[in-house]
Amino acid sequence: MFETLSDRLTQVFTTLRGRGRLSQADIDATAREIRIALLEADVALPVVRQFIARVRERASGAEVSEALNPAQQVIKIVNEELIEILGGEARRLRFAKVPPTVIMLAGLQGSGKTTLAAKLALWLRAQGNTPMLVAADLQRPNAVQQLQVLGERAGVPVFAPYPGNGVGDPVQVARESVAEARHRLYNIVIVDTAGRLGIDEELMRQAADIRDAVDPDEILFVVDAMIGQDAVQTAQAFLDGVGYDGVVLTKLDGDARGGAALSIAQLTGRPVMFASAGEKLGDFDIFHPDRMASRILDLGDILTLIEQAERTFDQDQAAAMAGKLASGDGFTLEDFVEQLAMVRKLGPIGNLLGMLPGAAQNRELLSQVSDKDLDRAAAIVNSMTVQERQNPKIINGSRRARIAAGSGVTVGEVNNLIVRFQEGQKMMRQMMGGIPGMGGMRRGGQKAKAKGKKKGKGGGRPANAPGRRSPGGPAGLPAGFGESGQDSPGGVPGTGGFGGLADRLGGTDGSLRLPPGLGQGFPAPSQPKLPPGLRGPVPNRRGRQGKKGR
Amino acid sequence: MEHVLIIAAVIVAVGGGGAAVLASPLVRSRRRPKPSGGEPGAGQDGAGLAGDEHPGGTATLELPAAPGTADTGAPHAGAAPPRGLPVLPPVAPPAEAERPPPSAGRMVRLRSRLARSQSAFGSALLSLLSSDRLDEQTWEEIEDTLITADMGVGAAQQLVGQLRTEVKVVGARDPAQVRKLLRADLIAQINPAMDRTLHTKPHGDRPAVVLVVGVNGTGKTTACGKLARALIGDGQTVLLGAADTFRAAAADQLQTWAQRVGAQVVRSDDEGADPASVAFDAVNRGIESGVDTVIVDTAGRLHTKTGLMDELGKIKRVISKHATVDEVLLVLDATTGQNGLRQARVFAEVVDVTGIILTKLDGTAKGGIVIGVQRELGVPVKLVGLGEGPDDLAPFEPEAFVDAILGS
Repeated sequence: MFETLSDRLTQVFTTLRGRGRLSQADIDATAREIRIALLEADVALPVVRQFIARVRERASGAEVSEALNPAQQVIKIVNEELIEILGGEARRLRFAKVPPTVIMLAGLQGSGKTTLAAKLALWLRAQGNTPMLVAADLQRPNAVQQLQVLGERAGVPVFAPYPGNGVGDPVQVARESVAEARHRLYNIVIVDTAGRLGIDEELMRQAADIRDAVDPDEILFVVDAMIGQDAVQTAQAFLDGVGYDGVVLTKLDGDARGGAALSIAQLTGRPVMFASAGEKLGDFDIFHPDRMASRILDLGDILTLIEQAERTFDQDQAAAMAGKLASGDGFTLEDFVEQLAMVRKLGPIGNLLGMLPGAAQNRELLSQVSDKDLDRAAAIVNSMTVQERQNPKIINGSRRARIAAGSGVTVGEVNNLIVRFQEGQKMMRQMMGGIPGMGGMRRGGQKAKAKGKKKGKGGGRPANAPGRRSPGGPAGLPAGFGESGQDSPGGVPGTGGFGGLADRLGGTDGSLRLPPGLGQGFPAPSQPKLPPGLRGPVPNRRGRQGKKGR
Repeated sequence: MEHVLIIAAVIVAVGGGGAAVLASPLVRSRRRPKPSGGEPGAGQDGAGLAGDEHPGGTATLELPAAPGTADTGAPHAGAAPPRGLPVLPPVAPPAEAERPPPSAGRMVRLRSRLARSQSAFGSALLSLLSSDRLDEQTWEEIEDTLITADMGVGAAQQLVGQLRTEVKVVGARDPAQVRKLLRADLIAQINPAMDRTLHTKPHGDRPAVVLVVGVNGTGKTTACGKLARALIGDGQTVLLGAADTFRAAAADQLQTWAQRVGAQVVRSDDEGADPASVAFDAVNRGIESGVDTVIVDTAGRLHTKTGLMDELGKIKRVISKHATVDEVLLVLDATTGQNGLRQARVFAEVVDVTGIILTKLDGTAKGGIVIGVQRELGVPVKLVGLGEGPDDLAPFEPEAFVDAILGS
């Protein structure tokens, strides 16, 4: 059973792969599968219809006649359509010319407005603003208090003249808040309103009154990523009732595929601006439409993963660790435990794995890896002596028994860990060897030089080396269309395989604003914030390579 | 990229084979390690990803003053709550407590509210079904209409298939007949034979325990408050346990509810306290004071967070040491789409859900997801939330529900 959109689409494309031409029947079958997949992912029906119609039209149109693998063609179309609907690039907040900038939040009950208000405040504060929260939800019991507590946590003042629980007039609170902010020189006012239903006319009028009272620069519609088909009605009702300029998607840390994002963006034309994924106040960021498309299409949300890692990991430590990994033998069990701790800090391993490309196909395998395994592995290594950790080869039978007893596992598990560690060590070494060559072939001279200096081995590997490992491997497909990004219509997608994925990652890496060091090795990329892999820096070059490989 | 590399390395070593396949492309794409630059994101939010467990605090528990020591001052709801940590107000001034109406027959009273939002759906279905020609396209439209109720593709296809055969067999065309068929089929999907009674009667000297669970923002705390009201309206005594120690002011919210009807509350003033310990104390206190029912409110948790789901399992285990957990009610938001099925599956696995509360059904959402949930997990919908009013929680009645959808 294919549970998620990405699983399902992957399956559709697996059956498509390998056919010579795309017949009308093929298109019909694909369209059906995509339709079901999108519906199961809670994309609203009207949006699904439009989507299918467009894909169908384009698939049977002239484009198919090009010398492309039909599967890649469909994938490319689907991906482009997805990104188009999701709204291209993220929009920034509009600030008022004369402060305070007023941001008003509206949404259904339980969509996460109050929490989001605090998250937004913290995010804005981190950028040097002085936000003020306004408790205009006087309806839900103790919503005001919740905002006060959250405001305290975020270090942001809260304007709450009324205790709530039905006491006070939210419109008046909102009006007073702007004066208050002006008086105290806060430059942003975030108005948290009560949750309301789209069909509740009285409350919608109240929301409109609040809007008129504060004249907000931005009205954000807060919506739960888990919302189903009702997203359409609700989004429309709020658009008619209060109007809004942007959408915030909350609870994205769940496993909902976020079909709502697609629906709302398509039907209302309002971009999704922020995404909130987590219970901590810091778990909040700008929404990246391209990443969402990647997530839906099982490209993995590698950029988010990297960003999270960057925030959590100590830079020097990470760099040192990577160096050790590269050197092979220098990587000891001690380092391994250190790494375990670092990875644990990132959160549940399941979340991380979900963000890796190709995760959908390996779901079965991945579901076997749990946080407990990490803890157990750490316990085993912690039960070793320093000498043993540095040189696992000295671990003999009696040492094994001692370690097992010390960490409360069986001897077999100790064995397993050691064997896997050694395998991993070996694999890392192999891979490290392969990289410079690949980088050189793909990225052209500058970068190759930069890399070559760092580790001067293995430069002579043939460019198609990755294919040898597992041609058409699990990650192959998504990678394939990553390359045929929207701004390179002439680009021919690569045949896939891990090489393709590596490329995509490479593209990510090269065009990413994050790794600051890369900028030194080669000129800064022209587009500082490129979507992950969808616009590889040199798509055409890669495309040619892909053709050759085939 | 070294970050990803590290993650990959860990996965390889821990997960072995399959994970290695996955990890290898990542490792392969490694780039030159970057120097530690002044990264804007660095340093903030050192604790990392969302999924971390709620900070485990100490479980110091402060019990509210015993009922009877209630002060005669102004009701708490009217006073400005102090900033910062809440002061425990006296609980249960019995003389002033409202007397909520009993729960029986509420569904009928609230039917109009349900019908208000659902009639378009029902009439669309009926007009399609009684159209002159029932061709492929019409059937597809019927299926689509069902899908817009969040029924899910599978359930919708099945229902349409069934209807098709029946219409063919009966040869029915006139609206009344078609309506009857549709009504019967819909009711069959909801399965009226399921036991929907809420087990809230005490066993001897032990109170019945109701555990309320669900993802964030579905309305758990509100459902707890409304359920307490309904039970008190039916003449029972209720104690509420505020085991949502995570969300700011959740305990206060529950307390406000309790105060209105004169229920006791057990809570911890310590934010981030161990919820299991609060639940445990709530049940203990319930046994001591001899109430009929203890309702334990838990923090919202996404079903994908294993740490939090483990915490929930612990809450139930700990309660089970002193009393039987009679009901585990999963609160589902009617607006929830297909993700609701996954939620229900995981929650059922962890705490063995015995019933569903479907909230926010007074909106435009149809709550069709419960059909899938009932079908797959065999867990019946026991209560529905039909509005913001304190007494808008009603026992679920399949026939009344379907009638409201179809419009009478």
